[in-house]
Amino acid sequence: MNNFGYKQASNIDDAVTLVAASEKTSFIAGGTNLIDLWKYNITNPAELIDINHLNELSNIEQLENGGLRLGAGVKNADTAYHPIVEQKYPLLSKAILAGASAQIRNMATNGGNLLQRTRCYYFYDPEVPCNKRNPGSGCPAKDGYNRMHAILGTSEQCIAVFPSDMCVALAALDAVVNVSGPEGARSIPFKEFHRLPGDRPDLDNNLKKNELITSIDLPEKGFEGNYSYLKLRDRHSYAFALVSVATTFTLDGSIISDARIALGGVAHQPWRSFEAEQFLEGKTASEENFALAADLILKGAKGFGDNDFKIKLAKKAIIRNCLMALRPETQLPGAQPAA
Amino acid sequence: MDLNKTVGKPISRLEGKLKVTGAAKYAAEYQADNLLHGYVVNSPVTKGKIINIDISGAMAIPGVIQVLSHENRPKLAWFDLQYTDMDAPPGTVFKPLHDENILYNGQPIALVVAEDFETARYASTQIRFEFEEKNFQTSLDQNIGEARAAKKGFATALKPPPPPPTGDFDEAFANAAVKVEAEFHHGTEHHNPIELFATTTVYEGPGKLTIYDKTQGTINNQLYVANIFGLRYKNVRVLAPFVGGAFGSGLRPQYQLFLCVMAALHLERNVRVVLDRKQMFSFSHRPPAIQTLRFASDINGRLTALGHRVLAETSNFEDYTEPTASWSHRLYPAPNTLFEQKVVPLDVYTPMDMRAPGGSTALHAIECTMDELSYKLKIDPLELRLINYSDMDPSSKKPYTSKALRACYLEAAERFGWDKRSPEPASMTRGNKLVGYGMATGIWDAFQFPARVEAMITSDGKLVLNNATTDIGTGTLTVMTQIAADELGLSIEEVDFQYGDSKKPFSMFQGGSAITSSTGVAIVIAAKALRKKLLKKAGEIPHSPFHKIAEEEVFFAAGQLCLKSDPGIFITLKDIIAFNNGRPIKTTNMGKPHMLKLRKYSLATHSASFVEVEVDKDLGVVTVTRAVTAVAAGKIINPKTAKSQILGSMVWGISKALHEETIMDTNLGKYINTNLGEYHIPVHADIGELDVIFAEEQDELINEIGTKGVGEIGLVGMPAAISNAIFHATGKRIYKLPIHFDELIG
Ligand SMILES: Cc1cc2nc3c(=O)[nH]c(=O)nc-3n(C[C@H](O)[C@H](O)[C@H](O)COP(=O)(O)OP(=O)(O)OC[C@H]3O[C@@H](n4cnc5c(N)ncnc54)[C@H](O)[C@@H]3O)c2cc1C
Repeated sequence: MNNFGYKQASNIDDAVTLVAASEKTSFIAGGTNLIDLWKYNITNPAELIDINHLNELSNIEQLENGGLRLGAGVKNADTAYHPIVEQKYPLLSKAILAGASAQIRNMATNGGNLLQRTRCYYFYDPEVPCNKRNPGSGCPAKDGYNRMHAILGTSEQCIAVFPSDMCVALAALDAVVNVSGPEGARSIPFKEFHRLPGDRPDLDNNLKKNELITSIDLPEKGFEGNYSYLKLRDRHSYAFALVSVATTFTLDGSIISDARIALGGVAHQPWRSFEAEQFLEGKTASEENFALAADLILKGAKGFGDNDFKIKLAKKAIIRNCLMALRPETQLPGAQPAA
Repeated sequence: MDLNKTVGKPISRLEGKLKVTGAAKYAAEYQADNLLHGYVVNSPVTKGKIINIDISGAMAIPGVIQVLSHENRPKLAWFDLQYTDMDAPPGTVFKPLHDENILYNGQPIALVVAEDFETARYASTQIRFEFEEKNFQTSLDQNIGEARAAKKGFATALKPPPPPPTGDFDEAFANAAVKVEAEFHHGTEHHNPIELFATTTVYEGPGKLTIYDKTQGTINNQLYVANIFGLRYKNVRVLAPFVGGAFGSGLRPQYQLFLCVMAALHLERNVRVVLDRKQMFSFSHRPPAIQTLRFASDINGRLTALGHRVLAETSNFEDYTEPTASWSHRLYPAPNTLFEQKVVPLDVYTPMDMRAPGGSTALHAIECTMDELSYKLKIDPLELRLINYSDMDPSSKKPYTSKALRACYLEAAERFGWDKRSPEPASMTRGNKLVGYGMATGIWDAFQFPARVEAMITSDGKLVLNNATTDIGTGTLTVMTQIAADELGLSIEEVDFQYGDSKKPFSMFQGGSAITSSTGVAIVIAAKALRKKLLKKAGEIPHSPFHKIAEEEVFFAAGQLCLKSDPGIFITLKDIIAFNNGRPIKTTNMGKPHMLKLRKYSLATHSASFVEVEVDKDLGVVTVTRAVTAVAAGKIINPKTAKSQILGSMVWGISKALHEETIMDTNLGKYINTNLGEYHIPVHADIGELDVIFAEEQDELINEIGTKGVGEIGLVGMPAAISNAIFHATGKRIYKLPIHFDELIG
């Protein structure tokens, strides 16, 4: 780790000014991802701008439109256990609690969670090529060991996966990300926040340089009736998702009037298929229809060898999770499938 | 149970409080004046040569003292022999910073020494290396054509090649009524103790060092350091009072020891070198292996042919082997056998013993093959083991000194509820889960090494014992204290077992589940000699009632020497020492295996594991919901610490079956999941209900205390029991470890 400077921002504007002051500055929130990347010599900021003490980022408050605003600095654990989140947005609560470990969730912030980087082995090893870390150097994952890698939205350049659980729920809930930057404040719909790798795999998202995430807004509709988060991984206790699914429904008897299905662990961003969701709307909530929807979601899915199983697994997971969303009480802690 | 005895009682580990309160100091925690910190630079190249090293960038960083590499290292011993350690396999031992050649990815190629750790680590990123890269081979699967017999050497004594064939295997197998042939693939595993490898070297003056090291063998590392650096043995002291797990990785000196000592001698300063987690994947490991098994039986399930062929990775410089191929014949009689074991040299570091080396790999394959055979025969898997049960060792035709495996089978089956198993695969369900029951047998060696113990009674009437062994977290301190306390009729508090120090009398490294029997026997022998001396001294006191009294006529209890005929007549040990002018009475004695007597016997511990799994019908997700392991390991000195050993190894079994694997990218020639986020080991939330039974096993033959060791036997049966339970749940047999759930997707 290189020597570095350290400053505490006193408010949002100050944070944006401080971070723009030189090239190699970086915000630090919980540090659970940044410090790891630093120790691995993947990033080496010259100056840290600490945003942990900013009151403006540390609240969860109800919005006039009936929605809920989650401060970017609020810890993942505090968000998951917040009474309004638990009651009105239980999908989000479940998804957060399926991620990482209790200790990490106690440190990790909502803003940091959106910006965590891929867990691709090759990205994490500065001694080997990686187009995300070192554009143009190549991608050893494609012909290497790619069990954890993407099956949807991949590019020639990159098959990395965005690893967050929380963001899969946020995608399903149509959250909005509020940011402040040198050019002022703006709001980014969640589906436009993260991006596919294309030929710029170095960019994970559409946040502009020196922009600070201030909060995440949840719309009024929380889907507290029918929801489920399912996470499949190699170790139950904690591991990144090989496939995860967030599902919510609004039901009219047994007819679906609103469906949301987002996948994690399969692409460079939380994956939603509006085609599949539209297909389900107006249909009976049945295993058969869920299977057809799964096929639509996975249209064009492509494996790279070790991750071929994800295509089959994702289909089964979508179906199971849709069934679980009909009976949300069947979910087990840690988002394991129900008995 | 004799109430005054401590052996057999579940005493909590004596150093437990020090450990949980953080007071126990590990190798990286010793302070020394003006301590320097070394950070190791590892090769990013798998094979080739270092052409140039530019250290100017690193040296320019304030706080950097020195960068040592093969170019500027001090002069060192030259001959291989001087680098070998007690556990070195045949071949050419790896010599760190020896020359420009790179033999494997992650090889240490430089040491940065700085005023603090972070400066050293940062400076390591500022060194510019130029390499000439060569083609390399790191794939076992792609190099099976290179398989050959392992070279023989010193280590071959403990790890013999498989015995020659018996009968006519090919003929018997070809014509057998019932047979199974299967090929098993095992991945690489790294030991990954939680304590990182670390050395703190205190420079005590020219040629004199005190070294705090993470090791399983203080004397092994003392000799290694003294030989390489040309120091006198007595001037090199290696201490390892606490060891945060090692599992075999500490059986050989690791490179941080070498580099730390080299820097300390060169700079004449106190130096510490700590590896980071990624570097914990840069040395020894359990080798990946491919095993082909061919078992045949008659229609009644009696085995007629056992064939086991093993190909396992080794490095290109040492021939490491773990005895794998011949275990089946130590359990099951069969007239025709064929066992073969070969190594495949690759461009990796030399593999090394890792908890139940060979045994855990072999028994997985053997017991899965037995399971498969049982389904073919339509005989209950447990019944098949009982049909082929043998009280003697079929491979050597010698009786076991003791073998309570039958009790293990029956007691564990009963506790588990094996009778509730419905024989058909995929026939038991719980909601949307398939439920499976599986069982397997375990066997492991009962080793004993020579050991010396110094025992003395001090002026306060306490017993002090000295032996160089470590306590790698197994409870060694506690069980040695118990053994000694009983021998002299003292309480636990009156015994002070001193260990973890190369200055103390000899102990081999702590491996092979051997230390309780090794040091324990030496304690018994030393205690006997000490009792004799105490009695003699007591008899010298004027008008002593112990004058000319024979050993058989006295006993030691409650800190006293008493007459059997009249226990009211006694003298305290304290008073005996007082009569000796306060000078301790001491003795040093050797304990060793009774080779001649034991040559007529076979020595082993046994176990039986029963496991229940749940497998999601559609998603394949596996949970080990419960397991019972029964162990026969002779006398259990401390049921609590012994149970902890078995529980820990059952957890390891789950890990080996379902989680643990170091992934080699064979295009890059390196391991890629080198952190504990991606190298999965189970934590509490992954573990169901575990139950341990110790079967009664009295062994008067094996050694003076009747112990056989419990460090490894709890692991060997578990992976196969889990695999077999998965087969029973799903009807799918997965011939590799670890088993990933995606192979079980419905
Ligand atoms: C062992 C391990 C297991 C894990 N498992 C999971 C898992 O299963 N599922 C899962 O979802 N996650 C998992 N995580 C990831 C964890 O959720 C993230 O590390 C965490 O959410 C990051 O938040 P942080 O506050 O610590 O971010 P930091 O590390 O502080 O920051 C991360 C990045 O975001 C930037 N940043 C932070 N806040 C802001 C802001 N407000 N505005 C602009 N930039 C900002 C920082 O500059 C930095 O670049 C795991 C992490 C670890 C270490």
